[in-house]
Amino acid sequence: MSTVIESALNGVQFGLMLFLLAAGLTLVFGIMDMINLAHGSLYMFGAYLTAALVEPTGSFLLAMLLAMLATAAIGMLLETTVLRTLYQRDHLSQVLATFALILIGNEAVRMIWGPQPRRLALPELFSGPVDLAGIQYPSYRLLVIGVGLAVALLLYLVVARTRVGMWVRAGASNREMATVMGVDIKRLFTLVFGLGALLCAVAGALLGPLLSVQVGMGESILILAFVVVVIGGIGSIRGALAGSLMVGMVDTVGRTLVPGALGTVFSPAVASNLGPTLASILIYVLMAAVLFWKPQGLFPARG
Amino acid sequence: MAPLDQILGRRTGAVLLALAVAFPLGADWLGQGFYVDLAARIMIFALAASSLNLVMGFGGMVCFGHAAFLGIGAYTVAILMDAGVDAAWIAWPAATAAAALAAWLIGVVSLRTRGVYFIMITLAFAQMLYYVFVSLNAYGGDDGMPLAARSALPFGLDASSDLTFYYVVLAILAVAMWLMQRLVNARFGRALQAIRENETRMEAIGYPVFRIKLAAFVIAGGAAGLAGALVANQAGMVSPGLMYWTQSGSLMIMVILGGVGYLYGGVVGAALLLVAEEYLSGLTLYWQLPLGILLLAAVLYARNGALSLATRWRHG
Repeated sequence: MSTVIESALNGVQFGLMLFLLAAGLTLVFGIMDMINLAHGSLYMFGAYLTAALVEPTGSFLLAMLLAMLATAAIGMLLETTVLRTLYQRDHLSQVLATFALILIGNEAVRMIWGPQPRRLALPELFSGPVDLAGIQYPSYRLLVIGVGLAVALLLYLVVARTRVGMWVRAGASNREMATVMGVDIKRLFTLVFGLGALLCAVAGALLGPLLSVQVGMGESILILAFVVVVIGGIGSIRGALAGSLMVGMVDTVGRTLVPGALGTVFSPAVASNLGPTLASILIYVLMAAVLFWKPQGLFPARG
Repeated sequence: MAPLDQILGRRTGAVLLALAVAFPLGADWLGQGFYVDLAARIMIFALAASSLNLVMGFGGMVCFGHAAFLGIGAYTVAILMDAGVDAAWIAWPAATAAAALAAWLIGVVSLRTRGVYFIMITLAFAQMLYYVFVSLNAYGGDDGMPLAARSALPFGLDASSDLTFYYVVLAILAVAMWLMQRLVNARFGRALQAIRENETRMEAIGYPVFRIKLAAFVIAGGAAGLAGALVANQAGMVSPGLMYWTQSGSLMIMVILGGVGYLYGGVVGAALLLVAEEYLSGLTLYWQLPLGILLLAAVLYARNGALSLATRWRHG
């Protein structure tokens, strides 16, 4: 039982981090109608910058805040120099251009920090476990859940309650109409892109100590983030949150429960081999099923 | 926009074919036998990219899981060889048929969606297949499996000779491109391109839109499966990596780079990408940086791939 609760918590934790990536991705996708494969590279920059800044600053929190600002600046710079010229182009040009940016980003990181994965140590304060009603759970993962929830709530409030959020929603549901109504879409785009990059850096910094900080980390999580965006409905923050939690749960809980469930039918060797595979497949089965029955995703942003 | 008439002048075609036929002799004369291998690889991926171009460029269906068919073709050859069947005339058609069958199954479900959703659902199916093959421990699992030898060719041809293999690949590519040219200019191909332009209208005037799209998808899947059989033969091994989404992405990059919807877009793109990779990786350890910059420049300045530049230049 305790393993089930533990893996459910891990699932929530992973799902919330996916949400941080997917939130930016779904806004860029929904408002700007832009496929940005390089979103994962911003996540990688966030993780590397945090890892590099921990030592000189001596504080995980400070390093993370600086990395967030720096990544947001990189994102906004990228938007104003390269990506802005791509909005009017077809999706295929965007795919090729942002794929090129992935190559450039990966190689730049490799040139600056070398090809070896970097270790990002847990913050001192959160290195031990906590006791949750009899279950020993790593306090750091609990912190990640807390930060993830806080950011999700904050994002929800910004999008649902502020004027900027209103512009964002207007842009996502009908860009032309929003422009006609006097929203400065150009500035809004840059702002949204910067915000997306900032959230990427948060996810990168927080996941850094749990996964390894290495070149290519962006691509493996990028595809999951896209899956989340599509399941939730392109442009919908609410959908991104629902989709992230679903994918996080399926991935993590599937990994722990499926081998056990298979073990009752097959030999342990077969079960331990098939288990992780089936969990990975389940995510894509989930997405294919959602697309088959709800082709616009669970929470379509466009009415 | 790519021109509707997809004709490569008979003379240009003959010259290109003659150059391809003469290439190994020249490379051999210069003592650069290595390039024969590279050229064969380029032609194999030209076939795979061209098959993707059929669905993506002519059918307007952006398939982000095309590598699945490549992988299925490759694994068909490897699994048959493992079972003792090494004849090319059985294994290669079997690879084509297996990939076409997979394309039919995936197409029936995926073609109900459009646009970005089609991109993602084809990606989903390819990833599922990737993880299935990762879990197949009998066939090497994650690491893949080596082939005992190349497929046995009929007529006493020796596939283990790189030169013979080169000419076999060239013959297959030439026939495939000839067939593709016939196909896109035939009634079927015109209907397919019209569907790309306006699906609703084609539906309204009575074309079986779904069946035409599915047929194109299955043909492309089969051709990619044949390319996969050749990949397995050339590399001497198969691995699930052949189906991973980065491979699908790389095929897409080839088509976009060459020119989406141009008959030779896949061929030109495969040649450009593989030659650039080969050249740059010999130049520097950090070759992905200049490659990325080149690709970025290509998007910004050659708006619809390399072939659009050639067309623009010709028509002023």
